[in-house]
Amino acid sequence: MPSDDVSRSSPSVRASCRSCWLAAPGLLWMALFFLVPLLLVFAISFASRGTYGGIVWEFTWANYLDLLHPLYGKILGQSLWYATLTTAICFVLGFPLAYVIARSPARWQPVLLLLVMLPFWTNFLVRTYAWMIMLRHDGLANNLLLALGLIAEPLELLYTPTAVVIGLVYGYLPFMVLPLYVAVERLDPVLVEAAWDLYASRWAVFTRVVVPLTMPGIVGGCILVFIPSIGSFITPDLLGGARSMMIGNLIQHEYLVVRDWPLGSAVSFVLMAIVMAAVFVYYRQASSADGPLEGR
Amino acid sequence: MKQRSVGLKAVSLLSMLFLYGPIVVLVLYSFNAAHLSMAWRGATLKWYAALVHDEALLAATANSLFIALVSTIGATGLGGLIALGMEQMSHRRQQLLEGSLVLPLVIPEVMMGVALMLLFVMFKMPLGLTTVILGHIVFNIPLVTIMIRTRLRKLDPLLREAAADLGADSWQVFRYVSLPLLRPAIWGAVLVAFTVSLDDFLVTFFTAGPGATTLPLKVYSMIKSGVTPEINALSALLLVVSMMCVAGSLYLQRREV
Repeated sequence: MPSDDVSRSSPSVRASCRSCWLAAPGLLWMALFFLVPLLLVFAISFASRGTYGGIVWEFTWANYLDLLHPLYGKILGQSLWYATLTTAICFVLGFPLAYVIARSPARWQPVLLLLVMLPFWTNFLVRTYAWMIMLRHDGLANNLLLALGLIAEPLELLYTPTAVVIGLVYGYLPFMVLPLYVAVERLDPVLVEAAWDLYASRWAVFTRVVVPLTMPGIVGGCILVFIPSIGSFITPDLLGGARSMMIGNLIQHEYLVVRDWPLGSAVSFVLMAIVMAAVFVYYRQASSADGPLEGR
Repeated sequence: MKQRSVGLKAVSLLSMLFLYGPIVVLVLYSFNAAHLSMAWRGATLKWYAALVHDEALLAATANSLFIALVSTIGATGLGGLIALGMEQMSHRRQQLLEGSLVLPLVIPEVMMGVALMLLFVMFKMPLGLTTVILGHIVFNIPLVTIMIRTRLRKLDPLLREAAADLGADSWQVFRYVSLPLLRPAIWGAVLVAFTVSLDDFLVTFFTAGPGATTLPLKVYSMIKSGVTPEINALSALLLVVSMMCVAGSLYLQRREV
């Protein structure tokens, strides 16, 4: 690399980039402990399992074909279902919240947003555990429902798919609220007023004015909720039963219990493919966000 | 407009209750004298007292603090250097790096955990405190880089150019201009990295060996072996600690230059 001392006078137009090398140690670290391990998982997903759980380096598609087995298909399917349901519920709960925050007095907005985000920054295990207490047979949820007369006897809530979805919604609701808040904040209230003045129904105002104009936030929020939901481990592990297993639990099971690393690796890559697809959708809508609606 | 938003406000209030209800219940029950039932039997601090006498728990706390401290120092150094190094790169390279640094933040943590475990096992590294620290640095580097970069971009380039025009070399520009301006962002990143490391369960779960039990691993095994009042007390403590760390970090980041 040629050294040019003249460039010292204007650091921003330096041609040879000596300071770029500052990034090298950190990037090397990421390559060694992030990229290499991922490639290793990828390679192993095409290997086969040895008799005692080791790895035999023979190329095979068998691990991916094994995933077509109904048992794995069911886990994959219900993971997608729980994640989708979680995303939908987060939207229903998160939209009003984001709307109210974005339309509240300016000095309250940061405080309200902080209140939404704060639980997210606390220990995930602890937050999930809190729901174990809530959903127990003699927990608060059952006591509340009994007191309100909605049920005659306690429901079995803990260790069910319902508990898993409640836990996921609880864990990732803040991810929905933030992008929606940004989108609603940019939405000109005059446009909504105009729709009301033109006698649009409540539903028409929402579906034909608010939703199209906040679409980037809606897509962003949904994907930010979907990604961690589909890859979750703790929530289904603690709140779900044996039959509400998700992909993350299957990976852990294959690696640590069955010790079938090649199959576990194949499952990991299927999960990664789903997540990458979601990330792709996210970036595509982010880059097309400068459409006519944004240019107002 | 006022009447129309009453429904929205009601749903928002319910969502807020939903977010804070379980946390409040958990903290309240950590003071409940009853051993097994959910019924209230008067307030007590005995579950907190029991924590102090739990040797295994204290060892796990020490492990957690040590791992968080070392991995925070490592990640802040390496991640901060990436942020500084990226400054002078071409626009395309910056975008490429930014994109790749998001990857560790979006891929499922369970996958990062098993990948690291595979690496360590295949290269015959014994699982223990060292492997956990190596892993924690991996997920903290992108966080630190992104936070410091956000601040770097807000800095007025004229300040640095002025210093350079006055004869400061690039080290002096960094030491006496950029660094003081970056200090709040760096401390903010330190607090976030520390909190994330302290709270991490999954990467630790896969990379920790015997003798490297951390607080979250201990909480997990306590929960798995049955709900006890001690967990409530421990959980309440963890909640308070992470909320304080986050509040501190936000305060530092929001402070004006």
